[in-house]
Amino acid sequence: MKRTYLAAAAVMMLAAGSALAQGKISGEVVKIGVLTDMSGLYSDIGGQGSVLAAQMAVEDFGGKVKGRKIEVVAADHQNKADVASSKVRQWIDREGVDMLTDALNSAVALATARLVAEKKRVFIDTGAASTRLTNEECTPYTIHHTYDTFALANGTGKAVVAHGGDSWFFLTADYAFGHSLEKDTAEVVKASGGKVLGAVRHPLSASDFSSFLLQAQASKAKIIGLANAGGDTINSIKSANEFGLTRRQTLAGLLVFITDIHSLGLNATQGMYVTEGWYWNLNDETRKWSRRYFDRMKKMPSSNQAGVYSAVTMFLKAVDGAGTDDADAVMAWLRRNPQSDMFGKNMKLREDGRLLHEMYLFQVKKPGESNGPWDYYHVRQTIPADQAFQPLSASKCTLVKKK
Amino acid sequence: MSRQTLVYLAGLVLLLVAPLLFYPVLVMKVLCFALFACAFNLLLGFTGLLSFGHAAFLGSAAYATGFAMTHWAVTPELGLIFGVAVSATLGAVFGAIAIRRQGIYFAMITLALAQMVFFFYLQAPFTGGEDGLQGVPRGKLFGIVPLAEDWAMYYFVAAVFVFGFWLIRRIIGSPFGQVLKAIRENEARALSLGYEVDRYKLLAFVLSAAIAGLAGSTKTLVLGFATLTDVHWATSGEVVLMTLVGGVGTVVGPVIGALVIVVLQNELADKAGPWVTVIMGTIFVACVLAFRRGIVGEIAARWPGKAGAPKQEHGPGH
Repeated sequence: MKRTYLAAAAVMMLAAGSALAQGKISGEVVKIGVLTDMSGLYSDIGGQGSVLAAQMAVEDFGGKVKGRKIEVVAADHQNKADVASSKVRQWIDREGVDMLTDALNSAVALATARLVAEKKRVFIDTGAASTRLTNEECTPYTIHHTYDTFALANGTGKAVVAHGGDSWFFLTADYAFGHSLEKDTAEVVKASGGKVLGAVRHPLSASDFSSFLLQAQASKAKIIGLANAGGDTINSIKSANEFGLTRRQTLAGLLVFITDIHSLGLNATQGMYVTEGWYWNLNDETRKWSRRYFDRMKKMPSSNQAGVYSAVTMFLKAVDGAGTDDADAVMAWLRRNPQSDMFGKNMKLREDGRLLHEMYLFQVKKPGESNGPWDYYHVRQTIPADQAFQPLSASKCTLVKKK
Repeated sequence: MSRQTLVYLAGLVLLLVAPLLFYPVLVMKVLCFALFACAFNLLLGFTGLLSFGHAAFLGSAAYATGFAMTHWAVTPELGLIFGVAVSATLGAVFGAIAIRRQGIYFAMITLALAQMVFFFYLQAPFTGGEDGLQGVPRGKLFGIVPLAEDWAMYYFVAAVFVFGFWLIRRIIGSPFGQVLKAIRENEARALSLGYEVDRYKLLAFVLSAAIAGLAGSTKTLVLGFATLTDVHWATSGEVVLMTLVGGVGTVVGPVIGALVIVVLQNELADKAGPWVTVIMGTIFVACVLAFRRGIVGEIAARWPGKAGAPKQEHGPGH
């Protein structure tokens, strides 16, 4: 018995060795790693839903690529970069994971980007918003999908001014993320001809927004920009309603997802401007996919979960097209071939790793306009792919050739 | 040979062959947290001081080492020394303020100070805020041995761990350690015997902070980054959990506790899905309710050693 095992092991090692030598598919299976937050504050926009989206992508692809089975593995990073990092190392070194996606947390995403650059694997980030991924920390193996802080600030700032919201006041979480979101948005607002009347900083995870909101109210600005995230955004929207702020002024969420609207309800959020990369009710294709997703998850997908589907799909197409799961070949193939799927059409991969797709400015419906749960957005504007993201000329990425 | 020596020898052998049996990066992480928990236990288990701000020392050293390695391009051993120096200094400041009060007040003061440190790192530009201080190189030990290879890094971490563990044992076994235990048992009595209790407590606090810093610095070298998680209060809570699960006041307990918690976190990450926090909570409750002495404490209490370890509630003493 033992000898059989040994022989089998030897044969498998030989097979693996020769596969590597020919630059074909390494290992018996092609593995997709969904690195996500299962229990923390991002679990609604990622979590189990992201795993399902990845599985759906694999099923739609036929479950096999180049004759090899495709497998999805998932891990809960618990929003800790060290848990994520040791898991990703283990996945790559021991379990032969070929591609990573989701991430959701910028510290996790940046740590993963470093690792994939060292170990040559493909990483398609959909959930983490930091623009550092395509600037200071860009790598030849990182793709930034779905959205980033620049696109959110840019989309909301420009479009809201164009819709008449020309005076702004910011409610900003007092740390690096809030500051950069405020700064980016303020620049866009000014460049589009709007005015910034002021800003107030609140501490991270603040429990009482009353004094900040009173200042916002006193500013008489038409738009209150919420440069914060997660629980802070939710609490500031709730308190803004309690203070009657939303009767005269309009909120603009700079990092708000449909799941936040769902949990806050339309009464609290109506009229708010939101920028996202995708919405389930955009067209027939998105509706069809989302129905299938809804049947299994009992929730509509977030833009991030749709992004995971798209990311896995494009990776599998690239493995098929390039004929190998070698990261260099896959990335080269993706740079040559713009991708189309239910997330977006003709999405081009830029040299800094930014995937160019359309972004959308939405306005949250009034309760009377909605046809029920998940019918939340009016599409106010489609932002073309070439205008949605940070221009390449401003990139700090070392991979970008300066002209 | 006493049972104790045998246990240590077995541990040492296991430490040397561990990278062949388990994933080395995971073992390194376990060792870092084990050292962190041992440092915490020096204070809680042997001096009777419950610090709820130890993440500040772990994190400060992690950031300091990360900063030194990336901005000054120093060698890893200098990075470690710098990290330890920073956390020891911080420990002196924390200690000087906190030891003036006892019990829950002591815990609250350390927590408050640690929160101040957290907000400092949240705001400070060099930490990268919630992005973390990323891309710390492992460098070359003494400028010669490249640590980029996992096996080289492993034996370096193992050496650091053995040194830290030995140091803590040495401290506990020394006359100084005896005074600490006396303070733990009855502070007023130690004072009446003529010991300057505050000085002893302060020194114990600084030593604990320094060793916690050593753990933090080493962790940064292994994983290549320092993030806000390291200074977050939840990490201070986690080290309490590790120590309690392993056994407060036992020498080996925190190591076992750290092993259990870190391995669980890692293994449950892809198996339990959203249940990780629930499982951790259940373990904590079970520990507090059912076996308060922790894993090692229970073993020591049920099978008291024949030769080396005297029958004692609090682990092997001298």
